[in-house]
Amino acid sequence: MEAAIRAEARTTTVATDIEPAPRHRRVPRINLLPYALIAPAVLVLAGVLGYPLGMLGWLSTQHYGLRELFQHQGEFVGLQNFVTLVGDPEFRHVLQISLVFTAVNVGLSMLFAMLIALLLERVSSAIRILLSSGLVFVWATPVIPAINLWQWMFDYEFGVVNWLLTRFGAGNYIHHNWFENPFQGFIVVTVIVVWGAIPFLALMLYAGLTQVPRELVEAAEIDGARPWQVFTLITVPILRPLFVILFSLSTIWDFQVFNQVWVLLSQRPSKDYFLISVYSFQESFRVSQYGLGSAAAVVMVAILAAVSVFYIRQTVRLTTEDAR
Amino acid sequence: MSRRTFARTLYDGVGIVVFIVMMFPIYWMVSTAFKPGREILALTPVWIPLRPTLDNFRTAMNVPYFWNDVVNSVVVVLTVVALSIVLAFLAAVSVARFGFRGRTPFIVMIIVVQMVPLNALVIPIYLLLDQVGQVDSLLGVIAYYLAFVLPFMIWTLRGFIANVPVDLEEAAMVDGASRVVAFMRIVFPLVAPGLVATGIFGFIQAWNEFIIAYVLLSSSSKQTLTIWLTSFTTQHGTDWGGLMAGATLTALPVVILFLLVQRHIVGGLTAGAVKG
Repeated sequence: MEAAIRAEARTTTVATDIEPAPRHRRVPRINLLPYALIAPAVLVLAGVLGYPLGMLGWLSTQHYGLRELFQHQGEFVGLQNFVTLVGDPEFRHVLQISLVFTAVNVGLSMLFAMLIALLLERVSSAIRILLSSGLVFVWATPVIPAINLWQWMFDYEFGVVNWLLTRFGAGNYIHHNWFENPFQGFIVVTVIVVWGAIPFLALMLYAGLTQVPRELVEAAEIDGARPWQVFTLITVPILRPLFVILFSLSTIWDFQVFNQVWVLLSQRPSKDYFLISVYSFQESFRVSQYGLGSAAAVVMVAILAAVSVFYIRQTVRLTTEDAR
Repeated sequence: MSRRTFARTLYDGVGIVVFIVMMFPIYWMVSTAFKPGREILALTPVWIPLRPTLDNFRTAMNVPYFWNDVVNSVVVVLTVVALSIVLAFLAAVSVARFGFRGRTPFIVMIIVVQMVPLNALVIPIYLLLDQVGQVDSLLGVIAYYLAFVLPFMIWTLRGFIANVPVDLEEAAMVDGASRVVAFMRIVFPLVAPGLVATGIFGFIQAWNEFIIAYVLLSSSSKQTLTIWLTSFTTQHGTDWGGLMAGATLTALPVVILFLLVQRHIVGGLTAGAVKG
């Protein structure tokens, strides 16, 4: 982090040098214009995101139930909410499920996206155009309509997935309720998340692959490297920065999955389906324990912040290289 | 057939299969929307609508509050885009064209802010607006969407502006134009397509947002289209044809706009990320 910021500061000075400032004016005069330009955006971000974020932290130290909601005044309880959460086996289970869910979804999304990116590199140009436009269509589909359409595809009575699975001999799925068993329910959630995540990741990875210098690959092939070796020894190291960005972005997105569970299960998910964001929402808006819900949200933000460090470091580093 | 063409044909075949698997859900949504009830509720799926009908679209549009919520969505989204594009443009100019103390912290803040999950913020946002009596008002939603689209817009616009060489501006200034005139005459026209693309992307993000609108807008007459969609049920269980028609209608503007700007935005995203 530190290093990245320092690197950024270096370009900043470079940019100042280019600035067409009159030469005789050696004493730097503070130019207020850039500050005036960012001021409105900073005000909006600080007021509309910064303030609530601070309040979230404050709320997590409060007992804030229905009575407090009417009085608009919480009761300070220190770290009691966090102690409650840590001591609560249910919350520990929620945290576990969320971590496993994130790992599985990120892994599967990246795996399929990488395979599709490699495929895009190898198909004829007509098929490449066809497949990448298909990916763009899926990417463009908004998440709520997407959840509804998967709900229909996995419908208990007339779901086309049930029919296909039965038809192709995977067992009898006619009148199969996917949501009775949370494990199967999470398979459906995973399908929706991964299907929605693949296009962005695959197109980014494909764009990355096209940047790998052709000479390097050919040189390796002449030296007798097998395709697998070319991939692990040349492609992967060159694409490392991109991998870091995509892995951390996917982790950030998948760890806060909410809509897929909430809308898919008709806004009444059972306890088995509580991911951390669902738990926090449920505690706050269904059980009216806003303090406890906030504490769970703080845990979520803290974990996301840890992952974000990798993403931010890589992005800032690339931006500085860009400017150089 | 040589080994090479064989491999190519094989890959093409796999490519077509992947295409079908990825696209099928969308096809199924749209085709269901055009099917009459008997073809939707068929134990053996009807793959192509045999008697296409617009009945489902009519049903969807007649569900209470559809048009009302379309108007809400449009009002919210257009207000957000109009305001945010101005704020984002000013900030992006500052970041792309000036070196100033605090520039790096500002850039880091822009990136950090994008990582803050709205799922977590919705709790304090609800309580704050509840205290000032602004729950269930479009104004609160507009304010939050504004902050929610701003960071991404500043980030993208910064790239578009930075791509216009400073030399062009300086040349105009050498010819006697003031800094502001040089900027408006030279840089602005070159950045205009970027502004449109960024504005459209903001439109899409705001149109698709769910959780803030879901919590804040409780009365049916105030809701946006995504919320309308999740409350789409009748007394007789789910009307799948109507729901798929509603989903298609909700998705349609976004898909069209996305296809228009996708090239610009993807270019902006990848340009930095794949260089060495």
